[in-house]
Amino acid sequence: MVDIKLENLTKSYGDVEVLHHIEGDISDGEFIVIVGPSGCGKSTLLRMVAGLETVTSGEISIAGRVVNNLEPADRDIAMVFQNYALYPHMTVRENMAYGLKIRKIPKDEITRRVNEVADILEIREYLDRRPRQLSGGQRQRVAMGRAIVREPSVFLFDEPLSNLDAKLRVQMRLEIRKLQKRLGVTSIYVTHDQVEAMTLGDRLMVLNGGYVEQFGTPLELYERPASLFVAGFIGSPSMNFIPADVVDGGATLGIGVKLKTGSTASGKVTLGMRPEHMVLDKSGTIKIKVDMLEQLGANTLVHGALQGTDTSFVISLDGIQAAEIGAVLSFSAPIDALHLFDAETGIRLDG
Amino acid sequence: MLKRVHFPSSPLPYLLVAPQIIVTLVFFMWPASQALYQSLLIEDAFGLSSEFVWFENFAALADDEQYLSTFWRTAVFSSLVAFLSMSVALILAGFADRVVKGATTYRTLLIWPYAVAPVLAGALWVFMFNPTLGIFPYFLDMIGIKWNHYLNGRQAMGLVIGAAAWKQVAYNFLFYLAAMQSIPRSIIEAAAIDGAGPVRRFWTQTLPLISPTTFFLIVINVVYAFFETFGIIHVVTQGGPASSTTILVYKVFNDGFVGLDLGGSAAQSVILMVIVIVMTVVQFRYVEKKVEY
Repeated sequence: MVDIKLENLTKSYGDVEVLHHIEGDISDGEFIVIVGPSGCGKSTLLRMVAGLETVTSGEISIAGRVVNNLEPADRDIAMVFQNYALYPHMTVRENMAYGLKIRKIPKDEITRRVNEVADILEIREYLDRRPRQLSGGQRQRVAMGRAIVREPSVFLFDEPLSNLDAKLRVQMRLEIRKLQKRLGVTSIYVTHDQVEAMTLGDRLMVLNGGYVEQFGTPLELYERPASLFVAGFIGSPSMNFIPADVVDGGATLGIGVKLKTGSTASGKVTLGMRPEHMVLDKSGTIKIKVDMLEQLGANTLVHGALQGTDTSFVISLDGIQAAEIGAVLSFSAPIDALHLFDAETGIRLDG
Repeated sequence: MLKRVHFPSSPLPYLLVAPQIIVTLVFFMWPASQALYQSLLIEDAFGLSSEFVWFENFAALADDEQYLSTFWRTAVFSSLVAFLSMSVALILAGFADRVVKGATTYRTLLIWPYAVAPVLAGALWVFMFNPTLGIFPYFLDMIGIKWNHYLNGRQAMGLVIGAAAWKQVAYNFLFYLAAMQSIPRSIIEAAAIDGAGPVRRFWTQTLPLISPTTFFLIVINVVYAFFETFGIIHVVTQGGPASSTTILVYKVFNDGFVGLDLGGSAAQSVILMVIVIVMTVVQFRYVEKKVEY
């Protein structure tokens, strides 16, 4: 059982606190993705778990053991770096065997394990090459292989796919996911790419400015974003936000459009609506003046502004749709597709 | 049809390279050719007459026991100087690479000895190790070692090696530190996660990754020990006692300007020149290609 507990974790550089009171329980075999914009502290958090950064306060425990003051070597973890960090003067085989040799594993056992992992990752024919003789995708596989061959109790990934081209990234993403499920090793994966996060993670930890905005399954984050930030970050194209007043369970948009919200909240709010939840409806109350159409084949993105305001609005419609630039279209939104956030704090208002 | 791009000819490029060519000709080529010519002559001690003797000077050197032992002594001297100064520099750089606070001060202090002229460095060590006045003989006396490098050839050799190595540490340190800082941080971190402690990381990652620098420094240091240590030896021991610290370059000086055997001295400097040429060729043609990763 390898579970990871982060308790009240804080990190400061000098007087500057970059991570604030991070809490999180990760259970055995879970694949956790830490996601957030650059500079939010996600890599720092991962490096703290790895033991490459010190902990300012709070506790990290792996498999019930507090590891705050343990060397990276003693934490039984393996890490895949963004630039792969392969040892340039060693062949692929030596790269993979390095950690095993240090742990004084018998030679024939090392050979067996290296070959086995090389077969899984299909890098057998490169075993005697050096890293600089490999392509980016092959290096990525070797970096994965070096992590897997050690059979650690935790995998850490620091944006491992960000140096690959788009097609390879999608392919490797699926492979990492399959491999992790097959090996059943508890994993933490850092990325800034929300699509990568949604497809890989059992659960996502959304970080922003050193705070955990939300920690939950991809669908929870999508359906019930805990804050304005999460709502805007998860989903593509991102959610539309409109300032509104709520009175008696109905929202009044800036221009006097009234919507039923089913919420008991009242006062100034920000109303969120996902582009893909809007429905073309002749009697709809949301009127959008079309600025531009994006034809993506499977769907059509309508870019426009809420009539009478500057508030920009994006709507995603199924299939191929036509509309004239400058035309005004009417939409409605189902009650359960509306998200309400406090106008000042950005926190979700439930009801 | 023209097969290449042609530029209008102009004297400007020749003017631009002229200073370099003139300096090379006047200060390198001409003395070198003079040395070559001199090495084929035998001159009387008063400089009144000289005789062309072909390779007699070289033949005499080959039979000269003293010259051959100087060769051996130079080999020991230069390899010890190179080894000592490089290993000390390597250790210091290894620590400097880990220092975060006060790194600049630490580095600056370590680089200072390089700014000291060889003669001054020698004078410094002469004072510190003076058998009657020096501080080190006083300490050595406490642990029962009688220090007198004016009488003891081994001690004299140790002293010039120490002084010469000390002077070169700063230079080697600079190169090693730069090399270490160019190693991607993540490689060292990956090794740490793979279970390698600091010492093991140093031997299996840092050292192989800076091997090009090491080979470069070996050549530089050997050349340094061969030639530039002249000032130190001249100040500290004058090649003595009983020639025990006379290395090749010091013997060139001693035989030529003290012993006034100009032809023999020139022959020795020609041999030195050949050694340097060979070392340079080895450095560029052979060693640099062998270092690969």
